[in-house]
Amino acid sequence: MARDKIRVLIAKPGLDGHDRGAKVVARALRDAGMEVIYSGLRQTPERIVQAAIQEDVDAVGLSILSGAHMHLFSELMQQLRDKEADDILVFGGGIIPDDDIEELKEMGVARVFQPGAHTDDIVNFLKEAL
Amino acid sequence: MKPVAEESRFTTISGKVIKRLYTQEDLAAERDSSLPGEFPYTRGIHETMYRGKLWTMRQFSGFGTPEETNRRFQFLLEHGQMGLSVAFDLPTLMGLDSDSPLSAGEVGKCGVAVDSLRDMEILFDGIDLEQVTTSMTINSPAAILLAMYLVVAEKQGADPARIGGTVQNDILKEYIAQKEWIYPPEPSMRLVIDSIQFCAERVPRYNSVSISGYHIREAGSTALQELAFTLRDGMEYVQWCLDRGMEVDDFAPRLSFFFNAHNDFFEEIAKYRAARRLWATVIRDRFGAREPRSWKLRFHTQTAGCSLTAQQPVNNVVRTTIQALAGVLGGTNSLHANSLDEALALPTEENARIALRTQQIIAHESGVVNTVDPLGGSYFVETLTDEMEEGARDYFRRIDAMGGMVAAIERGFPQREIQDASYQFQKAVERNEKIVVGVNDFALEEEPPIEILQIGEEVREQQSRRLEEVRRSRDGKAVRRALTDLKEAAATDRNLMPLIMEAVREYATVGEICASLQDVFGVYHEPAF
Repeated sequence: MARDKIRVLIAKPGLDGHDRGAKVVARALRDAGMEVIYSGLRQTPERIVQAAIQEDVDAVGLSILSGAHMHLFSELMQQLRDKEADDILVFGGGIIPDDDIEELKEMGVARVFQPGAHTDDIVNFLKEAL
Repeated sequence: MKPVAEESRFTTISGKVIKRLYTQEDLAAERDSSLPGEFPYTRGIHETMYRGKLWTMRQFSGFGTPEETNRRFQFLLEHGQMGLSVAFDLPTLMGLDSDSPLSAGEVGKCGVAVDSLRDMEILFDGIDLEQVTTSMTINSPAAILLAMYLVVAEKQGADPARIGGTVQNDILKEYIAQKEWIYPPEPSMRLVIDSIQFCAERVPRYNSVSISGYHIREAGSTALQELAFTLRDGMEYVQWCLDRGMEVDDFAPRLSFFFNAHNDFFEEIAKYRAARRLWATVIRDRFGAREPRSWKLRFHTQTAGCSLTAQQPVNNVVRTTIQALAGVLGGTNSLHANSLDEALALPTEENARIALRTQQIIAHESGVVNTVDPLGGSYFVETLTDEMEEGARDYFRRIDAMGGMVAAIERGFPQREIQDASYQFQKAVERNEKIVVGVNDFALEEEPPIEILQIGEEVREQQSRRLEEVRRSRDGKAVRRALTDLKEAAATDRNLMPLIMEAVREYATVGEICASLQDVFGVYHEPAF
């Protein structure tokens, strides 16, 4: 790892306003010593990628509970490639069925956390992956 | 499991410490000895409660196209459901049309897509709106969807005086918890008050707002916070109506409430009992309501979606049963029981039926409906009820001191309280101080697969095609005129409901009407906290 502190952007793409999970994860990552930027609600994948580059983050975590995850993740991955920023690690969480997770992994999403995930697992995943 | 301190071992799910035993000593010196049907209605708003009439079994549903949801409505009515409850998709909730670029991936996913009156006509096709009451979960664009519903009823030839139902229309809890807003708080409040006033005058049986704690709880609040913030939101609406010059008894009887039913059985029951007592007291003593109809807090209950687990999902039927029973023992007036698959997706038809059957088993087999408020007089429940009331009053004082709920929201007060509570709960689960069966204890190595409802992307295409058709076939000039009139009125203090009705009649879309209002009202950006 190039620097002491892992920098993470926690983002809420799409129209979904359910931010409980995103805020809990952001706080848990902060408590674990990471630098966390929270995007606020209803960001487009384009804006999220811009923010990720501008903030020079190591990872982007998307929280999606609306069922629009396939569309939003695929847009985000495309934007990252277009901006040559696909070295940024992408992970996510929310109401995401098992069947979709395989496809998301093929898209390049490193990990998807489902309901009931332990915040320590998210912290450890990031520490190991970065 | 690691040992934890004795005093923190016996707490409610909200973290409230519970004593080993409650006795007569715990009861307040000045006892509330009111009977059911008597002020302040702690024991229920009706003398006979469920002996007179069961609660309304009202399962929330909506997905895909209006045609698909219409079929689900017919299915539920055939299986003994008593009222309808519409879930709209996110683009509709956000005032966007299905063909907006921002709607990509979201159309029909967590509710039904409604773009114009045409969709609403399809949604209620073959359903007599004088016979069935409908609840609509819509907030920022509530006035528009309400207008659409009333126009559909009008076209069916229904008498507005006989139209019953509820529109959620509770914008305050959007800023606090669910976060589906469009405009800033002040113009949003104006729209809410416009529709309350309109309904009071023209659609007297319609509940023009459903003041909701459900979403506050789902966002992670404690039971007490849910109670306090919800009732304080209600007080805010009342104050705004009074400031508008309305008479409290003209609109208060049509304010309704909506609470969560979470796992902690007695805490939930105490919450509902305290809610009735508090509201009756506040609406009479603080706002001067003189009609008993205004004093009675009527509420809908939904079991807690956030309590459901993706792991071993069939266990959710058991959770839902306990929660629904708490709602019933707390005297709910209508109820939605969640389906077992809702931590994974929208419910399948089969799972939606099991949820309805859960209610029917409580109603017809458990025997709990035979007597009114069977827990009244329990040392524990009465003490919890008193403590809930006291805790809520404390929150009221703090919010009053901030200048009311809109001011408190602008300061981020309720939002921060909820965030802290939700983080503490998560940590308590992670430390195994709170057990979630199948998640942090009693877990399975391998979860069997479960069939879930999938909503395809073709819904957006279908809706977009219909939008094109509607835009082609309507009178474009009339639409433009209606939207211009609406915008002009939005800049004055005229009641906007009649103008929205007019735009809806001309088949202006949800997106067009919201965009017109947005030109005048602006958009809301949440402050960071």
